[in-house]
Amino acid sequence: MAIDTETVKRIAFLSRLKIEDDKIQATEDEFNKILDWVEQLKEVDTDNVEPLISVNENNLKLRVDEVTEGNQSEAVLANAPMKEYGYFAVPKVVE
Amino acid sequence: MTELTKLTICEAREGLKNKDFTAVELTEAYIKKMDECRKLNAFVCEAPEQALERARASQEKINKGEAGELEGIPLGIKDLFCTKGMATTACSNILKGFVPPYESTVTSKLLDAGANFLGKLNLDEFAMGGSNETSAFGPVVNPWSKDVPLVAGGSSGGSAAAVAADMCAGATGTDTGGSIRQPSAYCGVTGIKPTYGRCSRYGIIAFASSLDQAGPIAKDVRDCAIMLKTMSGYDKRDATSAQVDVPDFEKFLGQDIKGMKIGIPKEYRVDGLNSEVAAYWDKAAELLKARGAEIVEISLPHTQYALATYYIIAPAEASSNLARYDGLRFGNRVDGLHLDDMYINSRTAGFGKEVKRRIMIGTYVLSAGYYDAYYVKAQKVRRLIREDFLRAFDKCDLILTPTAPTPAFPIGDKSMQENPLTMWLNDIFTVSVSLAGLPAMSLPIGLSQSGLPLGMQLVGKAFDEASIFKAASALEKDVDFRSVK
Repeated sequence: MAIDTETVKRIAFLSRLKIEDDKIQATEDEFNKILDWVEQLKEVDTDNVEPLISVNENNLKLRVDEVTEGNQSEAVLANAPMKEYGYFAVPKVVE
Repeated sequence: MTELTKLTICEAREGLKNKDFTAVELTEAYIKKMDECRKLNAFVCEAPEQALERARASQEKINKGEAGELEGIPLGIKDLFCTKGMATTACSNILKGFVPPYESTVTSKLLDAGANFLGKLNLDEFAMGGSNETSAFGPVVNPWSKDVPLVAGGSSGGSAAAVAADMCAGATGTDTGGSIRQPSAYCGVTGIKPTYGRCSRYGIIAFASSLDQAGPIAKDVRDCAIMLKTMSGYDKRDATSAQVDVPDFEKFLGQDIKGMKIGIPKEYRVDGLNSEVAAYWDKAAELLKARGAEIVEISLPHTQYALATYYIIAPAEASSNLARYDGLRFGNRVDGLHLDDMYINSRTAGFGKEVKRRIMIGTYVLSAGYYDAYYVKAQKVRRLIREDFLRAFDKCDLILTPTAPTPAFPIGDKSMQENPLTMWLNDIFTVSVSLAGLPAMSLPIGLSQSGLPLGMQLVGKAFDEASIFKAASALEKDVDFRSVK
């Protein structure tokens, strides 16, 4: 499944990354090389195989959904590049 | 007095207990060593004053007879563990200036046991890499380098190099596809990735959550046992941490390995395997056999697909985990006209090349239309890889393989830089074990003809680190690498 320039641009946007125009071709080539390489998995017969999501699938337990450590807004905001009135601040989204 | 930084954790603990030296003297010796070895670029953040203050407190505890298991022992911490009040960057520009308001579970267990942190250690950016060259702080230099600077391996390159150069008594590492074991092999030190679930991942900056696992890198097998015992245990803050007992790993050292079955996977005997690596592999098997272990051939037919499987699953999980770096809540923000611009500008400026590559591969394999063809397919092959190991362990107790296909290579090596696939191939012996979630240790086996350390890997059944410690302590004794060094 070779990918094209449009796909590279779309994936970059989905990843919220910018690729300079002069780097798009190189990225596309590299992507195709990697995707060619992972094509080898097609050789493996996985018709009756369940996907493995976690190696300790038998160990996973649900916990109660409750607040354990509340009232920490200062700590939560401590590393924010921009904050105002106890909130994270973002560029204007509504004109 | 012997050089304090040469002591193992076990020896240093004895010395402190017997009042041969104080915790402050021990810490001062390490701080001096950190100064001398700064050109190795192993530490990215040094905390000498904090360390000395803690050393004084430790000495008081020792004097009062209240010493913890690791009281006064100076450790280095991989800069992927959140340390409260101490900058934590994952060696990425996007986390520049991030000071965690909380402590990771593993480091808080070490602190509770009395350990003393000298600072934070270099790694590949977000642990993505096998040579420590993707770090925003630049590569770590392998202490074994002669004329040409060699890589320390990765991603825990700073941890392995710092231990090898006696800049800390032991270090924490994390391993996703070989990041504890491969640098340990390259630097001639001992490191264990325990079973997935053994150590809590809480507070460890996530790369690929279904694979990431913490473990120690230390001077010898005993020190690994000491550190791992403290680092392990169920944590309600990590739903994937296992509710199993943590044995006293030290008690398995030196135990008889007579009758233990050691599996040698026939598929790993590939044509073109480095002949020195192959010869040491045979030698390790011979040494174990001489102690009464039985060598059996096993088959792991799907491991040839492990690398391709890993390079779908790990980037997929990474792309999702790294979505949180948006320049909004923490880390570096680069402004933009709109919210999306701000995200894009911050991420484009903050992430390095390898991280961007993996985020985009991950985004692609998870995107609509490709999810089943790549991601679900890889998860199915992952199950087959794991089942191979389960079947093999019907025939053996441990598996013996080399840790890496070659010794350490030069920093900036062209073939590695030009083709990511060449670099990824260094993980060939470690990645399948990670996918299966099994414990594995790398320990030094000897030197190559060019005088560089080579490592052997011992792989155990899930939660059977005990067998690894038994066999590794036997092998370590017979090889006597520390006197070779």
